[in-house]
Amino acid sequence: MRPFHYDKPATATDAVTNFRPGAQYFAGGTTMVDLMKLDVMKPARLIDISGLEKGRYDFIKWSGKSLRIGALTPMTKLADDDKVRARVPMLSDALWLAASPQIRNMARIGGNVLQRTRCPYFRDTSYEQCNKRKPGSGCAALDGGVTRHHAVLGTSDKCIATYPGDFAQALVALDAVVEILGEDGPRSLRFADLHVLPEARPDRETTLAPSDLIIAFSIEDADFPRSKYLKIRDRESYAYALASTASALRMDGNTIADVRLGLGGVATTPWRAREAEAALRGGPATEAQFARAADIAFAGASTTDENAFKVELGKRTMVRSLLETARMEG
Amino acid sequence: MADRSPSFDQVSRRGLIKGGVAGAAVTSVQAKAQVRGGAENTAAEPTVQRVPITLDINGQHRELTVDTRSTLLDVLRHDLELTGSKKGCDHGQCGACTVHLDGTRTLSCLTLAVQAEGKAVTTIEGLGSPDNLHPMQRAFVDNDAFQCGYCTPGQIMSGVACITEGHAGSDAEIREYMSGNLCRCAAYPNIVAAVKQARGEMEG
Repeated sequence: MRPFHYDKPATATDAVTNFRPGAQYFAGGTTMVDLMKLDVMKPARLIDISGLEKGRYDFIKWSGKSLRIGALTPMTKLADDDKVRARVPMLSDALWLAASPQIRNMARIGGNVLQRTRCPYFRDTSYEQCNKRKPGSGCAALDGGVTRHHAVLGTSDKCIATYPGDFAQALVALDAVVEILGEDGPRSLRFADLHVLPEARPDRETTLAPSDLIIAFSIEDADFPRSKYLKIRDRESYAYALASTASALRMDGNTIADVRLGLGGVATTPWRAREAEAALRGGPATEAQFARAADIAFAGASTTDENAFKVELGKRTMVRSLLETARMEG
Repeated sequence: MADRSPSFDQVSRRGLIKGGVAGAAVTSVQAKAQVRGGAENTAAEPTVQRVPITLDINGQHRELTVDTRSTLLDVLRHDLELTGSKKGCDHGQCGACTVHLDGTRTLSCLTLAVQAEGKAVTTIEGLGSPDNLHPMQRAFVDNDAFQCGYCTPGQIMSGVACITEGHAGSDAEIREYMSGNLCRCAAYPNIVAAVKQARGEMEG
C-alpha cells in the first residue's frame, strides 16, 4: 500500500472545510482499504469520518411516514431495526442479504452506496485496459474478457461494469433523497441523480464533488410494509447479485395503486424500472401483467455471449419478487 | 514491546520467515530508491506517517506506534505477536482474521490499526486458555468442527458473536450468519453443530 496521511476530524464541517485534492473520506473502510491494497485507489490522504461528533450521524428517525437515516449508521443496525423491518422490509432485506455479518458491522450506509464495482478488470491493475480505472485505456471486458457478471442495462461502448450494491436499489425505488454537506454548505439531491451512467466517462460514477460528504438519506414516504428485496446469486449467501429486484406494492382492492421497482446485478447504476412501473400502475396484480412489465424493463438490454442469461434471469427475478410482494400483507 | 515472547531458545520458524521477508523488503526499497532518484521524481508523494495509538488488547493496555498503512491484523500478528488471528485472503472475503472490536465482530484485515485507537480488541487468545476453554472452543473440539484449523480462530470469534447477536436461532440462521467465514476443508456441518452446542452453554 502507498503511504498516505491519516486525519480524524472532530466534526463534519472540519472534514469538508479542510478537504484537499487527493483526499478521500472513509468510515468502515471495507471498500477503501481493500482497493488501496490492490493499488486501485491511491489517496494521498484519508479522512476518517467514522467517529464524527460522537455518533451524530448514526441514527434512524421516523416522523409519521417519513424516514431519515444518518449516513454513518452501520448496515447491521439498519438491517436489524424492528420498525424498519415491519414498515419497509425492502430496506432491511437489501442490507442483511448483502456482504457478511462482519462487513455489515463495519460498513456504514453512506459509504455503502458509493462502493466500487467488482469488475475483475477494474480490480486487477495488471490489466492495462480499464476506462473506469484509467480513462481512455479501453475496456478489457468488452475486448474479449470474461463477462458473465457484467451489466446488461445502462452499458456503454466504454464500460459494462455492474453496480455491485443492494441497498441502493431499495433507496432508488423509494425516491430517497441524499443530504450532502459540501464546501458551499448543506444541499440535497435525489438519490436517482447520485449515480451516473458510464457513457463516455466511466471513471465518473457520481455527481458528487470530491469534498462532498453524504450525511443522511431521507425518504418522504417510507411506509411500504408490502415490499421486499429478492436477490439471486451463485451461492446461497455472501455473494453479489446476478440479478435482484427491490419491489414495493400498494393495492387498492385488486388494483395496483403504486408500485416501485429497483433492479440490481444487471445494471451499471442503481436501476429504477420506471417504464415497467408505469405499465403496472392501475392494473391488476397478475403474473401475466408482471411478465409484461418485466419484458418492458429489459427491452433495452445489451448483452454479450456470456451475460445474455441475465435478461431471462432478471425478468424471472422481477416477476417472482412482485408475486411474493403481492402475497404480503399491506 | 510484546510480552508474549517466543518460547523457543533457538530461532523459530516464524522468526526465520520474518527475517527473510525483511531482507526481501530491504532489497526492494533499494531498487525503488534507484528508480525514484531519477529526474522523474518531482511529484510530492506522501511520506510514511507513523502515529502513536493506544489499544486495549484482551484486557491489557497497550501503547504502540504504527504506520498508518498497518492493518489491525498485521499489528496483532507482527507487532504484538498474537498470531491466533489468521491472514487468509487479506481482502475481507474469508473471515479468518475476525476479531471483536468493542464487542462487535470485525475483519481485522480491513481495519486500519489507527482506526482501532482507544478501542477494546478481543482476539482468540483472549477468549479462553488451554486450561479453561471458552464454551465455543470446547464445542469446536467436541464436534470436530475443523480439519486443517486455519479458519478456526475466525470461525470461533464469529460463532461467539453469532450467538450474542441473537442470530443462532436455527440451523439456517446459523449458516446465514456464519457465511462470512469460509472453510476450505468444508467442515461446515460440524461448525453448525458446534455453534448449537455452545449456544446452549452460553445462553444456559
